[in-house]
Amino acid sequence: SSELFTLTYGALVTQLCKDYENDEDVNKQLDKILFSPFLPRGYNIGVRLIEDFLARSNVGRCHDFRETADVIAKVAFKMYLGITPSITNWSPAGDEFSLILENNPLVDFVELPDNHSSLIYSNLLCGVLRGALEMVQMAVEAKFVQDTLKGDGVTEIRMRFIRRIEDNLPAGEE
Amino acid sequence: RWTVVGRMADAALFEFLHMEMVAELWSHHSDPGPGGQKMSLSVLEGMGFRVGQALGERLPQETLAFREELDVLKFLCKDLWVAVFQKQMDSLRTNHQGTYVLQDNSFPLLIRMASGPQYLEEAPKFLAFTCGLLRGTLSTLGIKSLVTASVASLPTCE
Repeated sequence: SSELFTLTYGALVTQLCKDYENDEDVNKQLDKILFSPFLPRGYNIGVRLIEDFLARSNVGRCHDFRETADVIAKVAFKMYLGITPSITNWSPAGDEFSLILENNPLVDFVELPDNHSSLIYSNLLCGVLRGALEMVQMAVEAKFVQDTLKGDGVTEIRMRFIRRIEDNLPAGEE
Repeated sequence: RWTVVGRMADAALFEFLHMEMVAELWSHHSDPGPGGQKMSLSVLEGMGFRVGQALGERLPQETLAFREELDVLKFLCKDLWVAVFQKQMDSLRTNHQGTYVLQDNSFPLLIRMASGPQYLEEAPKFLAFTCGLLRGTLSTLGIKSLVTASVASLPTCE
C-alpha cells in the first residue's frame, strides 16, 4: 500500500501549515505560499520517478498521447498509488484528457487545517506528472479541475499536451 | 506485455518524497548555525513521530500482544523495517538495561548519498525522520523512548 507515502505527505503539509501560521503577513498569502513548494518539489520527484518507473515496468516508448494516458492510468498510478484512475473527456484534437479518481489519493489520514485550500495537495501530484513526462520529451500541463477534498463528487486531473520536447544541440554543433 | 513490481514501487516514491522533504524543511529554517539546524532536525523528527504513531495504530491487534520489551524491538527490526524499507535491520544489540542498538548496513535513505567524510555531516538530516518514526511506533506500543542515530561510515547507520 502507499500508506507510508500518504502519511508522510500529510505530515509534511501539516508541518508547512504550522511553520507559517504565526506569521500575520504570511497568513494572507498562505495558500500561495503553501502552494509554491509543492510544484517544484513534485517536479523533482517526477524527474527521478520516471527512471524508477521505466526500470520497473517494461513499457516501451509511447507513440501518441492516448498511449501515454493508458500508461499513466493503468501502470504508473497502479504501481505507485495502488489505484487506477479512469480516462475520460478526450478533446477532439486528442491533446487533452481527464483522469478521474474516486478520491484524492493523497488525502487519507490527513488533518487539513481549516480554511486552507486543497490546492496544496494537488500540486505535488501535478508536479510529479509534469516532471516525469518532461523526461520522456513531453511538455504537459496537469491540473486538478475537481477535488473530493473541496466537496466535488470525484477528483479530476486534466492533462494537456503542450508540445514534444526536441533535444536542442548547443549552437555551433552539427 | 507490462511487468509491474507493485510492492516495492511505493517505497521508491516515499524515498523521493523524503529527499525533497528534507531539502524543503532545511531551507525553511534559514539560520545556518547550529540553532537552525537543530530546529530543522527536530521538525523532521516530529513529523516522523506522527507518521510512526499512525503506522503503529494500523497494526493488526495480534502483533501488539508482546510478551516482553525485546519482542517489541525484534518486531521493529523485522516487521516494521520490512514494511517501511523492504529489508530487515542487520543487527540488534542490547545491554539488557533498556538500551538497544539497531544497525542497518545499507540504510535505504542513505544509499543515494556518496560516501566520504564530507557527506557524513549531511547524514543526520536523513536520519531524523526515521528516528521519529521509530519513537512514534514505540509510543503507540506504549513505550516511551529516546531514539538517536549515528553514522560511522555511509551507508551504515545505527
